Amino acid sequence: MLPALEVVELSRLQFGLTAMFHFLFVPLTLGLSWILVICESVYVMTGREVYKDMTRFWGKLFGINFAMGVTTGMTLEFQFGTNWAYYSHYVGDIFGVPLAIEGLMAFFLESTFVGLFFFGWNRLSKVQHLGVTFLVALGSNLSALWILIANGWMQNPVGAEFNYQTMRMELVSIAEVIFNPVAQAKFVHTLAAGYVAASMFVLGVSAWYLLKARDTGFALRSFAVAAGFGLASVCSVIVLGDESGYTTGEVQKVKLAAIEAEWETHPAPAAITAFGLPNQAEERTDYAVRIPYVLGLIATRSVDQPVIGIKALRREHEARIRSGMLAYEALVALRAGNPSEDMQRQFERHKADLGFGLLLKKYTPNVVDATPAQIKSAANDTIPRVAPLFWSFRVMVGLGILFLFIFATSFWFLARKNLAPQRWLLKLAVVAIPLPWVAIMAGWFVAEYGRQPWTISGVLPTFLSASAVDAGQVWFSLIGLMTMYVLLFAIEMYLMLKYIRLGPSSLHTGRYFRETGPETHSALVAQTSAS
Amino acid sequence: MLDYETLKLIWWALIVLLMLGFALTGGWDLGVATLLPWMGRTDDERRVVINTIGPTWEGNQTWLITFGAALFAAWPLVYAAAFSVLYVALIFTLFALFLRPVGFDYRSKLPDPRWRGAWDWGLFVGGMFPALVFGVAIGNLFLGLPFRYDDTLRVSYHGGFLGLFSGFTVLTGVLAVAMLALHGAAFLYLRSDARVAERARRAIVIAGGITAALFTLLGVWVQSLQGFGIASIADVNGVVTPLQKEVVRGAGLWLANYRALPQLWFVPVAGMLLPLLAGFAAWLRWRWAALAATSGSVIAIIVTAGIALFPFVLPSSIDPVSSLTAWDAVSSQKTLTLMLAVVAIFVPLIALYTSWVYRVMRGTVTVEQIQRETHTSY
Repeated sequence: MLPALEVVELSRLQFGLTAMFHFLFVPLTLGLSWILVICESVYVMTGREVYKDMTRFWGKLFGINFAMGVTTGMTLEFQFGTNWAYYSHYVGDIFGVPLAIEGLMAFFLESTFVGLFFFGWNRLSKVQHLGVTFLVALGSNLSALWILIANGWMQNPVGAEFNYQTMRMELVSIAEVIFNPVAQAKFVHTLAAGYVAASMFVLGVSAWYLLKARDTGFALRSFAVAAGFGLASVCSVIVLGDESGYTTGEVQKVKLAAIEAEWETHPAPAAITAFGLPNQAEERTDYAVRIPYVLGLIATRSVDQPVIGIKALRREHEARIRSGMLAYEALVALRAGNPSEDMQRQFERHKADLGFGLLLKKYTPNVVDATPAQIKSAANDTIPRVAPLFWSFRVMVGLGILFLFIFATSFWFLARKNLAPQRWLLKLAVVAIPLPWVAIMAGWFVAEYGRQPWTISGVLPTFLSASAVDAGQVWFSLIGLMTMYVLLFAIEMYLMLKYIRLGPSSLHTGRYFRETGPETHSALVAQTSAS
Repeated sequence: MLDYETLKLIWWALIVLLMLGFALTGGWDLGVATLLPWMGRTDDERRVVINTIGPTWEGNQTWLITFGAALFAAWPLVYAAAFSVLYVALIFTLFALFLRPVGFDYRSKLPDPRWRGAWDWGLFVGGMFPALVFGVAIGNLFLGLPFRYDDTLRVSYHGGFLGLFSGFTVLTGVLAVAMLALHGAAFLYLRSDARVAERARRAIVIAGGITAALFTLLGVWVQSLQGFGIASIADVNGVVTPLQKEVVRGAGLWLANYRALPQLWFVPVAGMLLPLLAGFAAWLRWRWAALAATSGSVIAIIVTAGIALFPFVLPSSIDPVSSLTAWDAVSSQKTLTLMLAVVAIFVPLIALYTSWVYRVMRGTVTVEQIQRETHTSY
């Protein structure tokens, strides 16, 4: 019995919302942990207390954010089993591996040492504590590596093979899974994006202190760390965009074509559509502004390979669906205990297309009796709606360029020791705080919405992946999760803003704004800005 | 490369090991949080209680996360079936678990007593409720869960949330809460002083008695349950899928392993005696002995259940053939081998650095210390 369509759609909505919610907190954890390492390293090397205070203050905000990251992360691990049971059965043999390694290698490291980061200041030597901070950062970043290996495999399922006896995909080569080019590109890109988000956070909050002329010594140093780290990160985000991962894997090719609204295959080197209005009904892009050569260079890193267009991809998919029908026919015979040589050969020849055959289950339970019209519909299902992908991608890229501008100018004026008069830049940095999150959400939307109609590209359609639970149960979890999340998020934001307003005075060292009298305060400002 | 049958057996032991990892360390935190309303009368005292587990609870909870992920990788059929069959119960558990990371970190960030009181409730629920659900879930394994597989190995569930609760399963749930409260109390007794420690000491005696009594009662009850047994199964050294076996049911079958290997009775006997011994040690004020005895209790009680069920992992009440066992719910030989290597490298490493962290954070947490470090403590 297949899960009801309502269950599939609700489960998709729930997974999308909870994953995006989780990813509100992850980027800050990834990047802020390194900013803590940088600040603390300077403290250990120079012995200047202000760097310890920076580590502890940004560490407090790190902690508030980290708690929500852990909270929302648990949901995702539960959800594969609760809502996507058939998926878990079908690919657990491969997909479960990076998740389990993530727990053992990375998450344990991060969460065992994070307690020591907060409570170990008086129990550890300076160097030992720095080591602990480093291990927290290493753990959180390694954690991202294994999660993205798992996610990369959903986009480009290499190193695995279908076993008809167990009715699932099984591991053939762990090396292929780990060194999956899609996963590696995603890892670098996602990590650097997290660093950008954290840098923008520290930059913006520090800019706000500078605008208010409070704790300027503290704020200026934080601003400098964020500007440097942010500039390096935003460069790698842009240069190492994950487009390089878009040429291998079926779904990746489709995404690339959709992002660029490439309806037809153009001869190499392809031009990029900088702007235009994708028109899905007539399958063309209105008012397209095209820049020659660029797309070919970005996507294929060459001038002689074409970027395949949507119409050609759909024709390819139709052929693969027909081949998948033969695979399915052989599978049914093999499972019924008829392993005749003919059937085995037929299965071996066509099993790479089994997933495409499964797409027909939406139209006819027997698959093999699909009409040409049904095959056409299934082929159409493999092409996502172009406009949302086209626009999300451009939002992401546009914001990336804005971040480059902010970090570069910040760095420039810092280097010229002329930051304070640039109030426009400080204001811009404050306003830009939420924007990296917008860019990150847009990026994930492209990656995951663009993966439809598959959970595992070319292998398992989404509508087959869900658990056979009642819609009522999913309504219950969806409403419950969202209620809890909104409530907890409101509390988190309240605390975050409260502690940002308190600033380093929340450390109760007696050295900061509100703790010092007006005279000592301005004396301190004069002293720190002079140094 | 190890043969498939040996690997399957090793993985049964590893899953039990990971579960013990969580019960022994995360069990402290669940137990201490369950006892929180009784152990601390003032805000400072409650902060003492929370700070005994504050620096280490996060790493301990990772045993649970890793247990789930290891199920996914090594026993994907169990992961898929258990999580979807127990859908509502697990979502409720998730809500309770949500209250922990934020409860620990946010509680002391504001001085308002209503704010702190609310988080105290959150921490209590976040400790007690998951323990209860885990206990009820294990109780249900002895009764079987109403699920079956179709010919594409898609699992479907034919029961409701309330069907999980019966006399037997409610008692296993209460046993889990009592057992972890016992274990948590022993940890708190070791790491606190003065009034808090005295209350923890009393809690060990009380929870020890309840745990031993419930465990004995359930041991008697289990004999009259309709147990499961394997009548025949395909070659377990090869690829086996559920549905390729014959399953029989009968009263007393859950004790078949004990009858076959009488030395194993040692384990449940330890499960009955050690909680009482923990109470005795607490009465004598032997803090470390009490903790050793509660750790032994947790191990003995969980392993008792594991042995009784073996090789069953997730029995089906409506279609016994669909039951999942250590033989037919596993990953491919390649994945099991790979994951064995990963576990063999990382679990000792984790044990090593976790014990270093505990060493750094050793000593008792006192009210004076909380007052002195009021801005940095939880």
